[in-house]
Amino acid sequence: MFEGVPIHWFLVLSTLMFFIGIYGFLVRKNLITMLMSIELILNSVCINFVAFNKILYPGHLEGMFFTLFIIAVAAAEASVAIAIIINIYRRLVNIDVEKMDEMKY
Amino acid sequence: MTNNQFMFLLFSVVIVVFSLLTVTSRRILRAATFLLFVLVSTSGLYFLLRFNFLAAIQLTLYAGGIVVLIIFSVLLTSHISEKLAIPPVTKRIFAAIAAIAGAVLCILTILQTQFVQKTFDPARTNIRTIGEGMLSTGKYGYALPFEVISVLLLAAMIGSIILAKKRKD
Repeated sequence: MFEGVPIHWFLVLSTLMFFIGIYGFLVRKNLITMLMSIELILNSVCINFVAFNKILYPGHLEGMFFTLFIIAVAAAEASVAIAIIINIYRRLVNIDVEKMDEMKY
Repeated sequence: MTNNQFMFLLFSVVIVVFSLLTVTSRRILRAATFLLFVLVSTSGLYFLLRFNFLAAIQLTLYAGGIVVLIIFSVLLTSHISEKLAIPPVTKRIFAAIAAIAGAVLCILTILQTQFVQKTFDPARTNIRTIGEGMLSTGKYGYALPFEVISVLLLAAMIGSIILAKKRKD
């Protein structure tokens, strides 16, 4: 119990955020908006880790370190993804996933 | 209702509303701005839990770095007044069914689980503990993941430069 806020509230919040991200990932066709949905999903996982760490195991810092590593991996992933997106845009002049079938056999 | 409960509810309402706007807005630049609001209020949640260092990292790296990167790439790849096409109804319905079914399942499972909740320890995590944890090789030490992450960041940096630079063909 975190001064009146039970852990279930955090978990429900992060579940909602995660599935909103899933919805966006399934519905959107533009590559950049799909990347934004992935950021939402990663962020919800971070909230989960932090809440578990602070409320269930307040003596350790595992959840915080995992969140730090997730943020670093998300930064690397976003930079590489945006480089790929810009490269695709240069060749095909749009970034719709459904129009990218040049490499299909 | 205590102060903490009020702040938590405020942040969570902001997070849920702006996440929904992020995935449904038809202008990409607005979607990126809504994503910025979501990330900033997430860092507010970390401040609420007294993880000050983590909240600062979230603000500088996510809100300062990734969102700016996304906004730059939006400006490079699409016209500013361009609106995204509305996705077909069947696709929206099936995606909503999948998301809502998953969310309901997870929330029911969460609400039925009993967690052993410790009394809240209001101590702030000081930077010294974090630094020693990052660089120690013993128990609760994270020296190996720290080094792997630094190699990963270097590789990502070089890879994205090589991918994005102009080819001389």
